[in-house]
Amino acid sequence: MGMLEAILLTIATAATPLLIAAMGELVVERSGVLNLGVEGMMVMGAVTGFVVAYSTGSPWLGMIAAVLMGAAFSLLFGFLTLTLVTNQVATGLALTLLGLGLSGMMGRSFVGLPGVKMSAIYIPGLSDLPLVGKLVFGQDPIFYISIALVIGVSYFLFRTRAGLTLRSVGDSHKSAHALGIKVIAIRYAAVTFGGACAGLAGAYLSLVYVPQWVENMTAGRGWIALALVVFASWRPWRVLAGAYLFGAVTIGQLHAQALGLGIPSQLLSALPYLATILVLVLISRNRRLTMMNTPASLGQPFVPDR
Amino acid sequence: MKKLLFALAATGAMLVAGAASAQDKTKACWIYIGPTGDFGWSYQHDQGRKQVEAELGDKVETVFLESVPESADAERALENLSRSGCKIIFTTSFGYMDPTNKVAGRFPDVKFEHATGYKRDHPNVSTYNSKFHEGRYVQGVIAAKMSKAGVAGYIASFPIPEVVMGINAFVLGAQSVNPDFKVKVVWANTWFDPGKEADAAKALIDQGVDIITQHTDSTAAIQVAAERGIKAFGQASDMIAFAKDTQLTSIIDNWGPYYVKRVKAVVDGNWEQSDVWGGMAEGHVVMAPYTNMPDDVKALAEATEAKIKGGFEPFTGPIKKQDGSDWLKDGEVAEDGVLLGLNFYVAGVDDKLPQ
Repeated sequence: MGMLEAILLTIATAATPLLIAAMGELVVERSGVLNLGVEGMMVMGAVTGFVVAYSTGSPWLGMIAAVLMGAAFSLLFGFLTLTLVTNQVATGLALTLLGLGLSGMMGRSFVGLPGVKMSAIYIPGLSDLPLVGKLVFGQDPIFYISIALVIGVSYFLFRTRAGLTLRSVGDSHKSAHALGIKVIAIRYAAVTFGGACAGLAGAYLSLVYVPQWVENMTAGRGWIALALVVFASWRPWRVLAGAYLFGAVTIGQLHAQALGLGIPSQLLSALPYLATILVLVLISRNRRLTMMNTPASLGQPFVPDR
Repeated sequence: MKKLLFALAATGAMLVAGAASAQDKTKACWIYIGPTGDFGWSYQHDQGRKQVEAELGDKVETVFLESVPESADAERALENLSRSGCKIIFTTSFGYMDPTNKVAGRFPDVKFEHATGYKRDHPNVSTYNSKFHEGRYVQGVIAAKMSKAGVAGYIASFPIPEVVMGINAFVLGAQSVNPDFKVKVVWANTWFDPGKEADAAKALIDQGVDIITQHTDSTAAIQVAAERGIKAFGQASDMIAFAKDTQLTSIIDNWGPYYVKRVKAVVDGNWEQSDVWGGMAEGHVVMAPYTNMPDDVKALAEATEAKIKGGFEPFTGPIKKQDGSDWLKDGEVAEDGVLLGLNFYVAGVDDKLPQ
C-alpha cells in the first residue's frame, strides 16, 4: 500500500462520520427544524452500536441497533419540539447533554473492552488494483452507504415530489399547511431520519474508526457536522466537499507534524476549521443563491391554526 | 453546559454525602477532571479510590465528583465537599491548584491533597505526583531494541513540562541503546479524542515509524498499531486486552498505595504535610508485564527497571539539548525543579517544540 493511498484511506475514514451525521441534519434543517442534538444522538449511536456488537459479535447488528437508537432518541426531540412546541435550540442542547450522560451510564460496564470491528469489503482482483483498488473497492461498507446517502438525499430533495414537499415545509410552513400538507408529520419523518443518520455516524466511530467505547468518544464531531450543514448552505454535495476537506486538512496537518516542518502545532490543529469555513464561505458567496437555499422557517415553531 | 452538568453532579454528591453522616467513619473525597469511564487518567485515580475502600473497609467512606471543570466550579465543589464532612480531599488535576489552596485556607481541619501541583500555601495542603518519565525511559530502551527503522512515533497531548519530560526520557532511554535513534512527535492538542489519536497514529506509521507510544488517554493508537502490525506501548492503564500481540508494556498510574497511606494517616490522626514525587521505587509507577518481545529485550527492560528502582535518574548527564548545546555534564543529575518546568527537547527529537 503506497503512502498516498494510505493517506486517502485515512481521510475517508475521518470524513465518513461527519458526512453521515451532516447529511441527516441537512434533511432535518431543510424541513425547517433545527436539531442541535446531533452530538447527543451520535454518542448514543456509538454506545448502542458498541454494546450490541460486543454482545452479539455482529457489527451489522450493532449498526442497525445504533440506527434505531438514534431514530428513537430523535423522536424524543420531535415530541418535545413538534408536539409540545418547546424551544428547538434549548431542546436540542438538552438532547446533547442527555445523550452524553445517558451513554456514559449505558456504557459503564463496557469501558476497557476491545470492540468488534466491521471489516472492509474485499473483491478479488478489483481490491488489489494499484492506487485505486483499496480506495474504491476495498473500504468498509458504511463508507459506500455514506456516498449513496449523498446521492440519495440530493436526488430526493431536488428531483422528487416528496423532496419538494419537504423543502416547501422548511421554507414556509404556513403556506404548506394552507395547501393541505401535513407539516408536523413531515417534520417528524425528517427528524427521525436525522436521528437515524446520527446514530449510524456514532456507530461508525465505535465500530470502524476506533473499535472501543469510552465516554464522550464523539469528541465534538456532532457539532462539526452541524457547522458543515450551515457553511455548505444546505447543499448535499457541498456537505460532501466540506466533510472531505475537513478530513483532508486534519490528516494533512498530522502528516505535516510528523514530517517535523516546524509549524506551530496549535495553528495546525486550528487549520481544518479555518480552511473548511473559508472554502465553504467562498463557494457560497453568491448571496441570492444562498438565500434561496436557506430554509426560511428554520427553527421556527409551528402551531397549526384551526 | 458544563456548569449545568456540574450543578447536577454536585447535587447528587450532596445527597450521597447527606445520607451517611454522623458516623465515626472517616470520609475521604476525590474530584476528577474527566469521567471515571475514560479508561485513562481519571479511571486510574478512581481505581485508587476503590483500593482505599477495599483496604480500609468500614473505617472509611468515599465520595467522588467526576468531570469537574478547572474553573470556579472546582472551588465550589471543594467548598461543598468540605462542608459535607470530608476529612481528606484529593484534587486530581493540575488546574485545581489554586482552588485547592483557596478552600484549604477556609477549612483548616480538612486535609487537602493536590496531584501534580507545587503550591502548598497552608499547612493542611500536600502535593503528590508520579515520576512517569522513569517508565518512559524503560519504554525508550525497549523501543530502540525492537525498532528496525530506528524511529518511533510519539503522540503527544499538550506542550507542558510533564509531556516534554516524557518525550525526553523516552529518547534518552532509546539512545542508551542506539545513539542514532530518532523520535517523531505529533501533537494532538487534546488529552482525549479517540478518532484524532487514531489518525495521528496512522500518519506516523505511514511516515515509516515502526513503534508507537503516546501521551494521550485513549486506546485508539495501540489499536491502530495492532491493525498495521507494528508494536506499541499502552498508556495510564494496562491496554493488553486491546492489542494482545502489540503491547510491549504500559506505564500504569498506580495511585492506590499512596491513597491508602494518606487516608490511613487521617484515620490514625497522624497526617502531616508532604510533597511526594514517587516513581517506580515507591510503587507509584508500575510497568505492565513485558510482552511481545524476545527474552534478551525483556531481560534488558527488567534490568533497566531494577536500575531505576535502585536510584538511577534517567536525566543524568551527559545530555545535550536539541540545538546541540550542553545541558548536563557527565554524571550531573537534573534538579527536580528544572524537570518540573522542562521546556526544551534533548538531542534526537525530530520535532520543533511548540512554545
